[in-house]
Amino acid sequence: MWRFIVSRLLQAIPVLLVVITVTFFLIRMAPGGPFDSEKAVIPEVKAALEAQYRLNLTLFEQYTAYLGDLSHGDLGPSFKYPGRSVNELIAAGFPVTAELALYALLVALVIGGVAGVVASLKPNTAQDYIPMSVAMIGICMPSLLLGPILILVFGVYLDWLPVSGWGDSPGDKILPAITLGAAYAAYIARLSRAGMLEVMSQDYIRTARAKGLPEWQVVSRHALRGGMIPVVAFLGPAFAGLLSGSFVVETIFQIPGLGRFYVQAAFNRDYTMILGSTVFLATLIVVFNLLSDILAAWMNPRLRNQLRAQ
Amino acid sequence: MTAPAINSIAQTEQGTSLWRDAWLRLRRNRLAVLGLTVLLLFIVIAAATPWIAPYDYAQQDLELGATPPSAAHWLGTDIFGRDLLTQIMFGGRISLAVGFIATAVALLIGVTWGAIAGYMGGRVDTVMMRLVDIIYALPFMIFIILLMVVFGRNMLLLFLAIGAVEWLTMARIMRSQVQSLRQQEFVEAAISLGLPTATIIRRHLIPNALGPIIVYTTLTIPSVMLLEAFLSFLGLGVQPPETSWGLLISYGAESMEEYPWLLLFPGLALTLTLFSLNFLGDGLRDALDVRGAKD
Repeated sequence: MWRFIVSRLLQAIPVLLVVITVTFFLIRMAPGGPFDSEKAVIPEVKAALEAQYRLNLTLFEQYTAYLGDLSHGDLGPSFKYPGRSVNELIAAGFPVTAELALYALLVALVIGGVAGVVASLKPNTAQDYIPMSVAMIGICMPSLLLGPILILVFGVYLDWLPVSGWGDSPGDKILPAITLGAAYAAYIARLSRAGMLEVMSQDYIRTARAKGLPEWQVVSRHALRGGMIPVVAFLGPAFAGLLSGSFVVETIFQIPGLGRFYVQAAFNRDYTMILGSTVFLATLIVVFNLLSDILAAWMNPRLRNQLRAQ
Repeated sequence: MTAPAINSIAQTEQGTSLWRDAWLRLRRNRLAVLGLTVLLLFIVIAAATPWIAPYDYAQQDLELGATPPSAAHWLGTDIFGRDLLTQIMFGGRISLAVGFIATAVALLIGVTWGAIAGYMGGRVDTVMMRLVDIIYALPFMIFIILLMVVFGRNMLLLFLAIGAVEWLTMARIMRSQVQSLRQQEFVEAAISLGLPTATIIRRHLIPNALGPIIVYTTLTIPSVMLLEAFLSFLGLGVQPPETSWGLLISYGAESMEEYPWLLLFPGLALTLTLFSLNFLGDGLRDALDVRGAKD
């Protein structure tokens, strides 16, 4: 097991290095400097600014200096907001995004998991078709459409829930979480249905039934653990998707999270902010992929024993 | 799970080809046929739009402003008095073009990459697939945004950027297909006949691996279209004066409280297309008996 974890960790390092390097040089290839828009800056001021942001060094020196800063977690100053560091901006935006992603994941796991398991218990009946058709709608209905429609119905016409904001008024987290989680609920419903169907046809389930266990115990104690492995393996990619999905949802509901900062930074050409957030998000995604792989391997007894034997 | 058995009997007794057989099975799947029909209809409309659009694309009528659906404007008009149906038709051309062209880019890279890796095997395979693993772990949505920021928001780049991140699964599928095909006699015969590698890959391996590739391609198009809508919604994709369904939805969302039809009709166009492609993809997967192409 440890060997597996260590080898996956070692694989993650070159991935992150590639992300940092590619992002760094891509950003430098972008046309225009960050201070071009200010009108007629005095040359001395410009030089001082450039020195402050290390733009007077050669590209390679900037790169090594950036790596040096990164090694102790310093993402540098923001180009757009003088006096604020990228770390501060991320620290302000990320908790909001993380909370949103967490709620969305809960929505996805609870609704998707229940729907998938329920559907798998009576395959090819109405109990299967109805949740799976709803799941199909969830997959085909993009969040950028679902969000506005939910706002229109529940926020404007019915006036039950606030239409925007985050933590300002009670209930304003419900619609964003559903909007972001819906597509993932649909995927998880499909995955858990397929996983459960696969497990339910196995011998050990027949044994459990043969020894007279009630059906709900067969499902909850024996089948769920195996049937949920595909869902757990999907959690890593799902988390990555939720983070980038939050870009749209934060824009729709005007939530001050990292996604909105990122998109604004993209428009403002705030290069250090873009670079810093990319590195931050990439690290996060790599870590989550790793965790979900380890969890899935641990839940699969065959794989676990194989790893233990090594 | 009796499908393969029935299939092989059908082949020996009636001489139905695999493709004909798959087509017969697909035709029995009503949702897939519906999906195919809607899709073909949309493609024909998109192709003919410059000739059949009810109004001129750029024509504004500021005095008219936003009006609900009427006899003159079937789907209503936007705040500039532009005909919404015309906007949706022109937007559809771009949305569909992004979907198909970016998928074609992904198909080209992925199939070639996977075929070479699977055919060569050994160290070449290890290096090539390890590279795929690495790129897989990248946050590619963020990467595309980055590309759009750095190189400006042009259409060609949009195609390439999306295609460049969507080829990975294609490469994996192709590789596993080629690996199993490589063991078979007809490939060994081709090798012993001295055919060049490129010819073997092109003539023998790719045609025989077509089933899973078709299925996965059909399922890639909707995810690419979604990606385009996503970028355009954020203002990082298709730029005015061009338009796309994602951009129309984003405009519609801004004024949906007063003019809900501006949100609903472009949304309906996009959702219908995504539904059709997904139904068709699922139908093709069953008809060609491909397992695990996606999910």
